[in-house]
Amino acid sequence: MPVLDLMSGFIAELRSAGLPVSLTENLDAMEAVKVIPIEDRDAFKYALGATLVKNNAHWRVFETIFEVYFSLRGPEYEITREAQPDDFWREMQDQIDQVRGQGEGKGSGGGMDSLTPEEIAAMLMRALMSGDQAMMRALAKQSVQRFAGMEPGRPVGGTYYLYRTLRNLDLDNMLQKLMDANREMSNHKLSALEERLEKDEFQSRIEQFKLEVESEIRRRLVADRGAEAMAKTLRKPLPEDVEFMHASRDEMQSLKKALYPLTRKLAARLARKRRHGRKGPLDFRNTVRHSLSYGGVPADPKFRYPRPAKPELMVVADISGSVAAFARFTLMFVYAIQNQFSKVRSFVFIDGIDEVTKFFKSTEDVGEAVNRVNTEADVVWVDGHSDYGHAFEVFFERHGKDINSKTTVLLLGDARNNYHAAQSWVVKELRKRARHVYWLNPEPKSYWNTGDSIVAEYGAHTDGVYECRNLRQLESFVSTLA
Amino acid sequence: MHGVTARVKRVKPRFKDVASVRAGLKKEKYLADDGIAGVVYLADRLGKPVLIEGPAGTGKTQLAKSVAEMTGARLIRLQCYEGLDESKALYEWNYKKQLLRIQADNNSDTWSEVHDDIFSDEFLLTRPLLEAITSEEPVVLLVDEVDRVEVETEALLLEILSDYQVSIPELGTITARQIPLVFLTSNNTRELSEALKRRCLYLHVDYPDLEREKEIILIKVPDISENLADQIARIVRSIRQLDLKKSPSVSETLDWARTLMLLGIDTIDETEARETLHILLKYQTDIAKAAKELSVSK
Repeated sequence: MPVLDLMSGFIAELRSAGLPVSLTENLDAMEAVKVIPIEDRDAFKYALGATLVKNNAHWRVFETIFEVYFSLRGPEYEITREAQPDDFWREMQDQIDQVRGQGEGKGSGGGMDSLTPEEIAAMLMRALMSGDQAMMRALAKQSVQRFAGMEPGRPVGGTYYLYRTLRNLDLDNMLQKLMDANREMSNHKLSALEERLEKDEFQSRIEQFKLEVESEIRRRLVADRGAEAMAKTLRKPLPEDVEFMHASRDEMQSLKKALYPLTRKLAARLARKRRHGRKGPLDFRNTVRHSLSYGGVPADPKFRYPRPAKPELMVVADISGSVAAFARFTLMFVYAIQNQFSKVRSFVFIDGIDEVTKFFKSTEDVGEAVNRVNTEADVVWVDGHSDYGHAFEVFFERHGKDINSKTTVLLLGDARNNYHAAQSWVVKELRKRARHVYWLNPEPKSYWNTGDSIVAEYGAHTDGVYECRNLRQLESFVSTLA
Repeated sequence: MHGVTARVKRVKPRFKDVASVRAGLKKEKYLADDGIAGVVYLADRLGKPVLIEGPAGTGKTQLAKSVAEMTGARLIRLQCYEGLDESKALYEWNYKKQLLRIQADNNSDTWSEVHDDIFSDEFLLTRPLLEAITSEEPVVLLVDEVDRVEVETEALLLEILSDYQVSIPELGTITARQIPLVFLTSNNTRELSEALKRRCLYLHVDYPDLEREKEIILIKVPDISENLADQIARIVRSIRQLDLKKSPSVSETLDWARTLMLLGIDTIDETEARETLHILLKYQTDIAKAAKELSVSK
């Protein structure tokens, strides 16, 4: 396929994944491709990255798409056997023989295909132990071929195959095994520090191996079904588009990383908004005073700048299973920009409710505070199933008097009330006293008011119900708030 | 880029290929990875500025300095701050001198002569950006911490970044004699405008991986043993994996390595690590957390 066609397909895919690629950037990329040979994959990748990706959070998405479109082409990516130097194969044969032990006599050749699963596991452990990159790559190929059970044309995503492969390799226990083996091998007792360092080293090697497996699976899928079809199924959402309620552990990690720069930028923007462009009525007294220096001519009119009070915020969050992640992110988000509010108080509930403001006061580390909220807050009243009605009632009883015309109340949750009594009069009462009451719902709009969700009943009494499924939506909501 | 090459005389490429950039930087004691070397090479070939982002202390500014040294060019630096304006960044009229000129012979010249005269090169004070494009000798322009200026001021940079020219109302447009290599650094405290990003190549410089960090220590700290460098790099990697307020930067790693050298330590044990942690980490909560994590293996 000519490079030009490949590039336009590639850029179209970047755009549909959500990366903002402008026309000039597209042209720059074309220009860059002219001076960098396509054979040098790494340089080629960085050249495209430098011209097309202008935000580091988008890099991973870019990398995946790049791999699908470019890395998998060309003769060096033959699936069956690749052009490895001969001595590599010889060495591998040696290792295979060693793993099999001398009892069976001579290794019969035939490369890796003849290995039993146990032998593969043993070889993997050796490779991880010594950090042998080439061997790890070869083993990744082998294990995908053997364990993933891929069938041509079967419309299953890569995650399924990844799961099957990794399950067979039992990587979870691998770390422990590696540590044990390492302890045996070293002749003196390792100090805690040394152990920790070894563990991190092994951990990173295992991660690397997982990446190899993942990319091998992608390679096979693309070979089977073609780049265009695969790019679509492999598409990963940008961190700000990941849904809170369905984020995987990796995605959670990238969400957390994306959260802080986002809050910092938001805080800067809000502070600027507060400073900028507010001009009040003429300050007569000030103008006259300044006119004295111009001989009584009011040449320099002065204005009164309004200083809008910062809102007081009360966050009331459901932290039961399904929506816990959402509550956690919202709390982190709100506390990260708490200097934009005059006061932040937070409450969490399941069927009982507890104030958790003190956790955030005692530490500067918001992440730790949120962890404490999840473990220490007293939120179970009867059975530990969400009961919005009871929680709201208790909230109103205890803290209703603290709500005044400066307070903004944020209610977070999916309003799945397990068919308990709604007690929506509380929300109505809150709205009477507070400046604003908002409801943030992490569920997609189409799910609202289905099953036991009664968000409309509560929502009727608030100033607005907002869908808040990802960081982007959360950020845009919070920026209207402060 | 076609536009640029048409208007500004193109000097011959500075670098042969990516590998030569890498080797050249290494000679200046800057260890570049594939990405960094590749983008520097591209910047030269395409005649585009490079926007470097990344955490503090990962060698963003140093890259510009090293490239200047490598190519034997003069480094012109514009340090950005809130409130930077065009009289500090671009040019300013030397109005005292203009005043003197008018007073010196205020009856001999006609008005139009004086007018033409006082708005000429002689009365122009060049500031870093204008200086960079009018310079005869090769230059590297470094616009440091561009995220500190206000969004409105960013626009000042746009003309020079895309067309390598500066328009002065009284004089006309001044075009670059040669295309300088331009580096902009940003600590990412705010989102830069799309217009600025679009005109630049983007390079994200992150903390180096284990091997590269070790090499950096070996090259930057004289007489350090391979073993110690390895240990330092590994401890720093472990610390960076923790959830800290501020992860240790490369420069802090180097400070730590130098401290350990001064103390005459050649293998780090727990107590020494704990006692010198304050060089790597600058927040008390971070220090406490790291000390706890490093001594208790899970």
